[in-house]
Amino acid sequence: MWFERINWADIGTALSQTLAMVSVSLVLTVLIGLPLGILLFVTGKGQPFAHGLGYGMLSFVLNIIRSVPFIILLIVLMPVTVLITGTSLGIKGVIFPLVVGTSPFFARLVETALREVDPGVIEASFAMGASPVQTIFRAVLPEALPGLIAAATVTAIVLVDYTAMSGAIGGGGLGDLAIRYGYHRFQTEIMLVCVVVLILLVQLIQASGNSLVTRFSRR
Amino acid sequence: MIRLEAVTKNFASKRGTLPALHGIDLQVGRGEIFGIIGASGAGKSTLVRLINLLERPSSGQVWIDGQQITDARGTGLQALRRQIGMVFQHFNLLSGRTVARNVAYPLELAGKLTKAQIAEKVAALLARVGLSDHAQKYPRQLSGGQKQRVGIARALANDPKVLLCDEATSALDPQTTGQVLDLLQEINRELGVTIVMITHEMEVIRRACDRVAVLEKGRVVEEGPVAKVFLHPGHPVSRALVREAEGDAALSDPGTATGQHLRLTFTGADTHQPLLSRIAREFGVDFAILGGRVGHIRTTPYAQFSIALSGGDAVAATAALQAAGAAVEVIGGAAPAAAPAEVRHLHVV
Repeated sequence: MWFERINWADIGTALSQTLAMVSVSLVLTVLIGLPLGILLFVTGKGQPFAHGLGYGMLSFVLNIIRSVPFIILLIVLMPVTVLITGTSLGIKGVIFPLVVGTSPFFARLVETALREVDPGVIEASFAMGASPVQTIFRAVLPEALPGLIAAATVTAIVLVDYTAMSGAIGGGGLGDLAIRYGYHRFQTEIMLVCVVVLILLVQLIQASGNSLVTRFSRR
Repeated sequence: MIRLEAVTKNFASKRGTLPALHGIDLQVGRGEIFGIIGASGAGKSTLVRLINLLERPSSGQVWIDGQQITDARGTGLQALRRQIGMVFQHFNLLSGRTVARNVAYPLELAGKLTKAQIAEKVAALLARVGLSDHAQKYPRQLSGGQKQRVGIARALANDPKVLLCDEATSALDPQTTGQVLDLLQEINRELGVTIVMITHEMEVIRRACDRVAVLEKGRVVEEGPVAKVFLHPGHPVSRALVREAEGDAALSDPGTATGQHLRLTFTGADTHQPLLSRIAREFGVDFAILGGRVGHIRTTPYAQFSIALSGGDAVAATAALQAAGAAVEVIGGAAPAAAPAEVRHLHVV
C-alpha cells in the first residue's frame, strides 16, 4: 500500500508537538494580547482614557511586528530566543517567537471586539455611577466575551499555521515533519497525511470556537 | 430640585465649534414630572445629559438639590450619578446578564450592600415593575416594554432623587408606551422621584407631564404648565407639535364660515357641562363647529372647540360662556352682530 512507508509513531509525536506549541502559545498570547488590546481600546478616540499619542505609539509598534513575515520574525528573533530559553530549536525555541508573532494580531482583534460593544451600554454604565475601570471590567469585557472567544479561535488557527512554518527552522511538529519527509525526501504521502491532520485540527478548533461563541452569546 | 443657569453647550467639529445649546435657563421642582419636547436635533438629548454630566456644559451652571454640580469629577461625580437614575430609548441593558443581574448591576457598583441584601432589593424592584417572573431571563428573551421595565427597575436601584428619561417610550408601540408612562407616574407618585422626560411626542407630554419646555435649535422657545402649552401653544413650534399629535382640526385656522370665530377651551369639571346648547337656546345664537378636540391632560379632562358664532346676541353669549368657565379666544371672522357694535357702525357711516 502507498502508506506502508509512513511511520505513524512519528506523526503522533509531531501532532503532540504541534498541540503543545499551539496551546502554550495561545495561553501566553491571550495573557499578553488581551491587556494590549484593552489598552488600545481605552486609549482610542472617544474612549475613557483617550490618548492620541499613547494610542499612536502602541499602534505603530504593533503594526511593525505585524508587518514582518513570520518566517523572517523567527530568524530575526533567534538571538533573543536563545537569550530567554537557552535554545532556538524545538518546542522551547519556537514558543517565544510564536507569542511575539501572534500577540499584536490578537491585540487588534481584541480592540475590534471591544469596539463592537454597544456604546449605549457603556453610557448607561457611566450614568449608573460606574468608574471607567468598573465599566471596562464589568460591562465592556463581559459584553464582548463572544467576540473575544472568536478572536482567540482565529488566533489559535493562525498559531497552527505559524507552527508549521517554525518547523522549517527546526521547531518540530507536523509542519516540520511534512517539510522534512514530504519536501526534502520526496515522501509525498507523509506530507499528505500531515496536511490532512492539520486540516482536521483547524476544523476542530473552529468548530469548538463557534460552539463556545454560541454558548456565551446572549444578544 | 434641578436648576440650569445660562447653560450653553458647543461641540467641536472639523469646521469649528458647533453650538448645540444656547443659554438654557430651566428649573424643575421637586416631585415634578417635567417634559422637554422638541424635534430631533433640537438638543434634547444633550440637555438631559447635562443633568448627570454625561455631557459637560461649555458654560453656565447645573444645580441639583441646592448643590452646584457642574465641576464634579471622579468619585464625587460617581456618587452624584447614583442619585440620578437614567432610562434610555434603546434600554441599554447588559445582554450577557439576566434581568435580575442587570438590576443588581448599579448596586454592585455602589458596593454598599451584601449579596443577600442585593438579592432582596432586586426582588423588590422587579416586583414593583411587574417582572418578578422574568428574573432569570436574558434581555433578548423580553419584549420591548419588558426591557424598558428592566431599565426602569435598574434606574431606581440606588433610590435616586431624580429620574432622567431619554425618549424612554420612543421605541415602544402605543399600548406599551401607555403602560410605561403609567408606571413612571406611579413611581413619581409613590416614591416622590422627580422625573425629567425627553420626547418628540406631544402625546407623551399630555399623558404624563406637569410642566413642559419646548426646545428648538438649542433654545427654550416656550415653557409652562402642560395645560397651557398644550391648549394654548404660543410658539409656532409648539403649535406644530400639538397639530402633529392632535390632527389638523385641533388648532384649525379660521375658515370661511360666517359669524365670529371663537376658540372655546373647557378644562376640569366644566368640560362635561352641556354648555353650548344652553347658550344657543338662551341667547338665540347659532354656531358651526370648525374644529375641536376632547381628551385628558394627565387625569384632567379638557375640551376645545373652534366655533363660528352668528345671529342672536353674540356679545352676551360670549360673556355667558366666559362666566360659565370657558376660556374664550377670538380667532377671526366678522365682529359680533350685537346692538352696541351696530350703533357704532351707523355713527361712522
